[in-house]
Amino acid sequence: MKALAFENVSYQYPGGDFDIIDGLSFSVDPGSFHCIVGASGCGKSTILRLVCGLLRPRAGTIRVDGAPIAEQSHYCGYMPQRDLLFPWRTVGENLALPLEIRGGYTRAERRELAEEALADVGLAGCQDKLPKELSGGMRQRAAFARTMLAGSDLLLLDEPFSALDFLTRVSMQEWLLEQWEKHKKTILFITHDVEEAVFLSGSVLAVDRTPVRTLAKIPVPADYPRCRACLARPEMAELREDLIGMLRRQVDV
Amino acid sequence: MNRTGRGSLPALVFLFVLLALWQLGAMQVNAAYILPTPVQILRRLWELRGPLFTVHLPATMAVTGLGLAISLVLGLGLAAAMDWSPLLQRCLYPVVVASQTIPTTAIAPLFVLWFGYGVWSKVLVSVLMTFFPITITVYDGLRSARAEMAELLETYGASQWDIFRKIKVPCALPYFFSAVKMAVPISIIGAAIGEWLGAQKGLGYFSRRMMTQLDGAGVFAPIVLLSAAAMVLTGLVGLVEKRAVKWRGES
Repeated sequence: MKALAFENVSYQYPGGDFDIIDGLSFSVDPGSFHCIVGASGCGKSTILRLVCGLLRPRAGTIRVDGAPIAEQSHYCGYMPQRDLLFPWRTVGENLALPLEIRGGYTRAERRELAEEALADVGLAGCQDKLPKELSGGMRQRAAFARTMLAGSDLLLLDEPFSALDFLTRVSMQEWLLEQWEKHKKTILFITHDVEEAVFLSGSVLAVDRTPVRTLAKIPVPADYPRCRACLARPEMAELREDLIGMLRRQVDV
Repeated sequence: MNRTGRGSLPALVFLFVLLALWQLGAMQVNAAYILPTPVQILRRLWELRGPLFTVHLPATMAVTGLGLAISLVLGLGLAAAMDWSPLLQRCLYPVVVASQTIPTTAIAPLFVLWFGYGVWSKVLVSVLMTFFPITITVYDGLRSARAEMAELLETYGASQWDIFRKIKVPCALPYFFSAVKMAVPISIIGAAIGEWLGAQKGLGYFSRRMMTQLDGAGVFAPIVLLSAAAMVLTGLVGLVEKRAVKWRGES
């Protein structure tokens, strides 16, 4: 069974005059790590927002674990570009948000789960800090922990590291791969950074034109666990240049 | 404390200079029934302390308290209603704004005719002046909630009520405190105007009575008290705000 499947999905923005997603079909396997790459405004975020239910398709069906998403709830964890930690809540209370919304946990249980999740992302002891006391990388890790507490096996990450400085971004990428290998989640990761996509994903899903009718599925020729050194290998460098070439064709400077 | 103390030092010096100029000017004019000196006012405040503090200050504070409480309920209710329904927003917003074009002091005598010399005619004046800044400021606060945060909660399966409770209310909280700090002095002024126009007790009433007796210092004494009460109450609200809103300044 596929972790996520699009079947002839179309979507048009209100007031738009064409379908930005036009009869798109693709699927990803459970436990896989896919990056969706594309130029700005190509519709890659739209795909993610369709999956998490913030947008409704005009036509077609989206299935998660075989069942249409219209019949499900709590089937995905969505992590937006900005960490969106609520500044008036402590880090622990921020993590407890998805649990509060789902209901059925006592305050003590929520606190315990938040503490576990924080320890898991290397933020043990930050439970009672305010988000503003954390650095950019720590905030993203806290936001990731919150996404994990949404309690589903499908994680949708929308350019989570794009606002971080280069060195932090590089270590966050390595950290994310460790987390993925540990928790065996299915990850769909959006980025416009080709190197990031090549480093992270098992297969890259490239948006090569708008409206989006197909996603080009390009396997990355490297095994996990990966280190950054593998990016220098000739076949990886070639893949990166191919992808950059493919994406540049859509961008008129 | 030390830092705020140092920060307000220039203001205190400036105020002192102004008061000194007033004192000298008033001593030159030498007509205490129209222009009393600050020292005369303070002396009169001390002489009148009995009736001022036991009868008239409590009366004005009662009106202010009632007016503020009603304005808060009304203002928060209107703000929440306008945030909840765009149709209500389109109905209410223009009316709320239009209500502020009514010259309150001009129609306040009517309130006395309608509601008598008791407490409610004054409360009405106070409410009419106070609910507006609360409504508009809190409404802006509810609107300031970021759509992305609401979307994030929606992906967790949140209802509109969850979003209101967990995002909009906390977002509006700093605005709420700004509104209350604005509303406190306005409600006191409203109460005093109401009393000025027709009452049996209260600082506004007392000030007017002293006017008829050509007691300049006696006119000013309750005004000093009104102003001090407003400052103390606003300061108290500020203290509560410091405890309740720890995160102001970061969005």
